Amino acid sequence: MTLLSIVALPLIGALLVPLLARARNPLIPAIASGIVTLAALSLLIMLAPAVLSGELITNEWAWIPSIGLSVAFRLDALALFFATLITGMGLLIILYAHFYFAGKPGAGRFYALMLAFMGAMLGIVTSENLLFMLIFWEMTSLVSFVLIGFHSDQRPARRGARMTLVITGGGGLALLAGIILMGGIVGSFNLTEVLAAGDDLRGHAQYPLILTLVLLGAMTKSAQFPFHLWLPNAMTAPTPVSAYLHSATMVKAGIFLLARLHPALADTDAWLYSVSTVGMATLLTGAFIAMFKHDTKELLAYSTVSHLGLITLLMGLGTATALIAGLFHLLNHALFKAPLFMMAGAVEKATGTRDMRRINGLWRHMPLLTVMSAITAASMAGLPLFNGYLSKKMFFIESLDANVISPLNWLTPVLAAIAGLFSAAYSFRIFHNVFFNGQPRELPIWPPRKPALGIQIPIILLAGGCLFVGWQAEGIVHGLIRAMATTSSGVTAPAYDMSQLHHVGTAFYMSLAALIGGLTLYALRERLFELYDQLPPADAREIFEWLMTRAGSGAERFVHALENGSVQRYIALIILTAIIMAGPVLANVIVWYGTKPMTPVDPLTVLGALLMMATAFGVVLGHRNRLFALLLLGSAGLFVTLTFARFSAPDLALTQLSVEVIAVIIMMLALSFLPQTTPVESSWLRRSRDSIIAVLGGLGTGLVSFAIMTRPQDSISDFFLEQSVPGGGGSNVVNVILVDFRGFDTLGEITVLGIAAMAVFALTRNLQLKHRIPNERDQYWASNPHPLILRTMARPILPIALMVSAYIFLRGHNMPGGGFIAGLITVVALSLQYMAGSLAWAHDRMLTAFRPLIGGGILLACVTGLGSLFMGREFLTSWFGHYELPVFGHIELATALLFDLGVFTTVVGSTMLILANLGKLMTVNGPGKEVG
Amino acid sequence: MEALYAATVGVLTACGIYLVLRARTFPVIMGLTLISHAVNLFLFATGRLALQAPAVIGQSETYTDPLPQALVLTAIVIGFAMTAFVVVLALKAAVELRNDHVDGVDPDEDWRP
Repeated sequence: MTLLSIVALPLIGALLVPLLARARNPLIPAIASGIVTLAALSLLIMLAPAVLSGELITNEWAWIPSIGLSVAFRLDALALFFATLITGMGLLIILYAHFYFAGKPGAGRFYALMLAFMGAMLGIVTSENLLFMLIFWEMTSLVSFVLIGFHSDQRPARRGARMTLVITGGGGLALLAGIILMGGIVGSFNLTEVLAAGDDLRGHAQYPLILTLVLLGAMTKSAQFPFHLWLPNAMTAPTPVSAYLHSATMVKAGIFLLARLHPALADTDAWLYSVSTVGMATLLTGAFIAMFKHDTKELLAYSTVSHLGLITLLMGLGTATALIAGLFHLLNHALFKAPLFMMAGAVEKATGTRDMRRINGLWRHMPLLTVMSAITAASMAGLPLFNGYLSKKMFFIESLDANVISPLNWLTPVLAAIAGLFSAAYSFRIFHNVFFNGQPRELPIWPPRKPALGIQIPIILLAGGCLFVGWQAEGIVHGLIRAMATTSSGVTAPAYDMSQLHHVGTAFYMSLAALIGGLTLYALRERLFELYDQLPPADAREIFEWLMTRAGSGAERFVHALENGSVQRYIALIILTAIIMAGPVLANVIVWYGTKPMTPVDPLTVLGALLMMATAFGVVLGHRNRLFALLLLGSAGLFVTLTFARFSAPDLALTQLSVEVIAVIIMMLALSFLPQTTPVESSWLRRSRDSIIAVLGGLGTGLVSFAIMTRPQDSISDFFLEQSVPGGGGSNVVNVILVDFRGFDTLGEITVLGIAAMAVFALTRNLQLKHRIPNERDQYWASNPHPLILRTMARPILPIALMVSAYIFLRGHNMPGGGFIAGLITVVALSLQYMAGSLAWAHDRMLTAFRPLIGGGILLACVTGLGSLFMGREFLTSWFGHYELPVFGHIELATALLFDLGVFTTVVGSTMLILANLGKLMTVNGPGKEVG
Repeated sequence: MEALYAATVGVLTACGIYLVLRARTFPVIMGLTLISHAVNLFLFATGRLALQAPAVIGQSETYTDPLPQALVLTAIVIGFAMTAFVVVLALKAAVELRNDHVDGVDPDEDWRP
């Protein structure tokens, strides 16, 4: 439970902080975020002693067991370290951000995103279930996208955000695939089992694939070569984001994954070569480019890339001591890089620029910041006695021991020393250029503003951390880092020989050479910049943008080629897909003829069936003459009605009959505005193609329905048949299902009906049919649209029809009938009045508020359903009772009747709304006002 | 009887498919109607064919399966609503585009400004 709250606290905070951000005082959201973070941090510290003594805390709740996904957390030394880093650093960043934003709008959004990111990051490091972890993994990519594009009105910010999302999102997909493969081999996604199954995984034929996919995920997240390029482009984010996500936490997620999956995947040649080569390439590329960047944040970004490469290289070497060195450097990197970013942000606020060619000699204006940056830059350069020196020396020692390819073993330490040299050079540069190196040049803000003390407090604390770790290195390496290396490697890490860090040996000379070389390089910088400028410009960002544009236009062309605006083509593709997908399966698997004996045939049914088929063919053959085809279509509907009546479905027959009448009326209305004939347009080739598709489709459905009907039935309906009278209080099971057992479905369906009617209302509202389509002008319409006989007959029919409707409605619960059918009958009766009189005539004599009818009907159905909640029963549970009344005799009252009344009202309202609005189109100068 | 019923479902489907593949709105609407008839009959048939056995308690010896009937009943009504919607859509398209094509061909394209 504690682990869940550690992850949930920031996530809940992320939801609440935006509400607080409306407060005038900008301190309120900052303090709220701080409290949430502090709470998570305190919970972690509470658990720390137990975890560091070797205890493994896990919590698990099932989520979707069928795919192996569970809400599972674990806290061991590795997770504890990362979680503490995330929350601790988060606390400092929130403090920093309060002064950085200084009450500017957007701070509330920033805190919310920050907390969301923190929760997601905590989720990654404390997840026990790999699938569960992946959810948080993707969440960090998304939040990072939003944070990089925080200033969404700026083009570089949007581009940087997009690049990050493409690269880390793509990596996330690869990781998903890798994890699924791993889970398939291990049989579980839980880390405990996955880590224990290392031998199975390494021995499996798919190991190279899994390794590649998992590494792709880790390398993209941790900005390893050649995916490193998103990180410098992510510097468009506000500086607190750069300091937090892009130096201290998110970019470490890939390394965390490498450390986490170490027991499962490491200790093979493939791991050694791929991870260490990538790490080395990243280390060198980052260190080299960083030297030549004039923008403080870009320099720091490339430096981050380089340090991540260093840690990855150590992960790749894979020995216990290399793990210790790597994790120790990870801690040190967070301690010195975040304050340098914060410095860059503070300087940008003070001077208005990040260009080191203009910012110079700031020591006069900000002495405290100068001292603190001296400490952190010295740590980054690897000056002796600072923490960075220690972990870098550990790295040099490991590089000397590294056994990558035996004849080339000398190469690793040499490259390491070269990288160290560049690293020292850019560390000197960022410090010396910003704070010394002559006078400032043309600063946008002059004189530089004095940075607030508050913005410097996190920097001071972290610089103090650098000194503390350098001073207490032994205790930290043995107390914390070794425990981490133990949980990470799965075997007890040996005690690290700290004395070798103080020896004067090869590694010491390597450090010394790097420092002296770095100083020399820095002294020669003007020459080097000139040389660098002469290099051919290879802007990876442009290449990436070009690729993105090409991908976009390619996708567009593809879509246009596929989606040409022809409904015909879409439908043909859909049906063909269905035929191709289902056809072979059905052909192979199904036994067409089941064991159930066929029902005997009688001549009348045969005749009906043949006529129905004939009408269907007639519609196809005669579809060029539209009115004729429509009449045949109506009769096909009547045969469907007869089929329902024949096979024991009186309710369906009644419904189909009424619907058919209304549907044909609507289509006739439409037809009067459309051409009366369909010209021959498609070639015989296309027509034969369509015929083949049609025959195949028909054959498929026919055969499947035959196969179903000849099989014995195993239905859940026995329950409904048994419970209909005792449970639902009605003997018409179909109606009881509609209003009681499956009442919720019916509620949904009348809602859909209401929505469709409203859509028709909206579409016809401003439809001007004055300009009809070029039509056969000379056709003979009836001279009298409202013939006398019809007019006379229609009027007495109305009360009779309404009476029938009421009867059908009331008996519906026990006999065929009910709300749907009664509603449709009412509509037929009313629409007859429209046809016999006219729209205006009918509207003068009846209520036309159809929309309130729809709303009222749905409301009534809902309220009836809610009523049962008040009685302490489930939603839509019906209640009924039998009463003896004078005059009426025995009567049954049921709440289902009220629900059915809602159905009735909605059906009447919707159908009338549709009919009246279509009818309105007929009247050239119709009522003019809205109908319904 | 089952074979006959299945043949009817097949014929209705085939005719419906052929019509929805036409190039103008009205045949497509008619095709959709035929297909929805076929689908309703198909769903209904999953309850098997039974004569003289409506699912009304006390009316007969055996009862047919009421569940597909309940499903089909609402399907008929919703199918009607969708038909009405498509009809209005076709009218709207006819007014806006001044033709009733659904094949992406615009006969007036040449002289349009």
